[in-house]
Amino acid sequence: MTTTADSTTDSATGLRVEGLYKSYAGVHALADVGFALQPGQVTALVGDNGAGKSTLVKCLSGLVQPDEGQIIVDGRPAAMHSPRDAAALGIETVHQDLALVQHSTVAQNLYLNREIRTKIPVLRQLGWLDHRAMQRRTEEILRELGIRVPSAKARVRDLSGGQRQCIAIGRAVGWSQRIVLLDEPTAALGVAQTALVLELVRKLADRGVAVLVITHNMEHVMQVCDQVLVLRLGRLVADRAVSELDSTALVEYITGLRSDFATTTNGGDRAEPAVGGERA
Amino acid sequence: MSTQQVLERAGTAPGPLGEAVARLRRAPWSGAAVYVGFVLVFAYFAITLADRGFLTGHNFLTILQQTAPITVMACATVFVLSAAEIDLSIGAVVALSAVVGAQAVNAFGAPVGAAVGFAVGVLAGLLNGTLVVALRVPSFLITLGTTELFAGATEIFSHLQDIPVSNVGFATIFGSGAFASLPVALLWSVAALVVAHLTLRWTAFGQRVLATGDNRISARAVGINTSRVRIAVLAVSGGAAGLAGLIYTGQIQGAIYTLGVNDMLATLAAVVIGGTTLRGGYGSVVGAFVGSILMGVIRNGLLLAGLTASQQTLVTGLIIVLAVAISQREKA
Repeated sequence: MTTTADSTTDSATGLRVEGLYKSYAGVHALADVGFALQPGQVTALVGDNGAGKSTLVKCLSGLVQPDEGQIIVDGRPAAMHSPRDAAALGIETVHQDLALVQHSTVAQNLYLNREIRTKIPVLRQLGWLDHRAMQRRTEEILRELGIRVPSAKARVRDLSGGQRQCIAIGRAVGWSQRIVLLDEPTAALGVAQTALVLELVRKLADRGVAVLVITHNMEHVMQVCDQVLVLRLGRLVADRAVSELDSTALVEYITGLRSDFATTTNGGDRAEPAVGGERA
Repeated sequence: MSTQQVLERAGTAPGPLGEAVARLRRAPWSGAAVYVGFVLVFAYFAITLADRGFLTGHNFLTILQQTAPITVMACATVFVLSAAEIDLSIGAVVALSAVVGAQAVNAFGAPVGAAVGFAVGVLAGLLNGTLVVALRVPSFLITLGTTELFAGATEIFSHLQDIPVSNVGFATIFGSGAFASLPVALLWSVAALVVAHLTLRWTAFGQRVLATGDNRISARAVGINTSRVRIAVLAVSGGAAGLAGLIYTGQIQGAIYTLGVNDMLATLAAVVIGGTTLRGGYGSVVGAFVGSILMGVIRNGLLLAGLTASQQTLVTGLIIVLAVAISQREKA
């Protein structure tokens, strides 16, 4: 039941979330969260630690089942019980810990658990892989996205942090996925590496992908994002175009000095300090 | 000035021996240490033991027969370690499979008996894997416990008696036979090498094993059923131990409840010398194969050189320490 006009203009494509609830042991990690992600747009998801950002991304990526509410993909309610279900719907998540297999090659990582098998009949049933096809396709994907690594055969552990992050993101979109969730993609990176990743994020959106980025960096929000969602104590307190805001306003939303939605149901909460969003 | 330099050097440099080892570890071929080691050891024995029968077909056959059970288990253990698990129970499974398999051969003939012995190994491995996943206890601890469990079961099934097996067909296939003039010990070893190597490098299962061992959380995040992978590698390990038990039974034409007592450590030594790490995510079947044969060659050479059993064990221990110092370098 979001009411912001600019986030619900097109409900047929992209991802829409309605009335999402999730609680752990009686504590609301998410309460009545609703918003939409548009193709071609980068949406920032910001909020203090414990605001529910990770839980929200886990719900959207099929790792966690919401208690209530709907996730609607391309106009149809989606039932996601695993990351595989999410991937089948075109949703791909890049987790904070990079989620790459360090000892394996770039190509092996890109194709992890969706390997190209050989076309030779009996061997195919045995799970025999076509490493060459995977390497060729990997080079293509990397070239398309402008990701520079020594080779598709390079081992991930030998790459820089920025390169690894780009590979992780490349894996997410190498499957013509249309919705990509990024959990703090620049958390552990230096300046140059960060620029590399932000550039890639922008490029994804320009290719028509709907991107959601969790970040703590307000500068990045202003730089590359079109839309911003602010979570506080499990509730959405802002869903705005970045052009309407500045960093100061964002920080006010995050710390609870401002809220767009919390007038009726959330009033009692806001006077209390952030102790985890416990509600009876 | 020079005193200060000396002090500085003393503070940072680890002395000549440490430096030499460090240089060896930095060498680009450190992953290939086992192959270089094999060539060096083999050449050394070939020269020094030339007149004592080292370089004879009969001696090589002996080495192959002695190492075949370890080689088979080493190839499977690469999968276990690659998945960041460990199976301490393989020695006990060898004895259990041998004792049960031997009685089954005597009762039902070679084909059924061999199938039973192998199945016992697979089931033991499945039990290990299921316990690890279901109880959420590391495989190190579970297999520590099941080692005793299997050892006790073996003693009960064998009544602490030898079980002679006189079945000629069984002895031919698992022990002393030959096909196309190739001894079966060699065939079993090479079969294990080829199947394990291709499976690890060229199949989707191999990729899943490596991913699970490297980073279980990310493996799960891309939809790999890591529980199934972990059960599978331990079942493979159990099956290989079962096969090793059958090979022993074929070779000595009987089973004893003490079979395989030292095999777990020997197998792990062969695998880690071959470059497979205990941390998961990487494994070398070819390295494990060569590691197993290398250990066999060393034992054989020391025996021919006239060392007593105790001296052989001592020297073997020294060589293992040296080998892992080179092949198992840790990052900072």
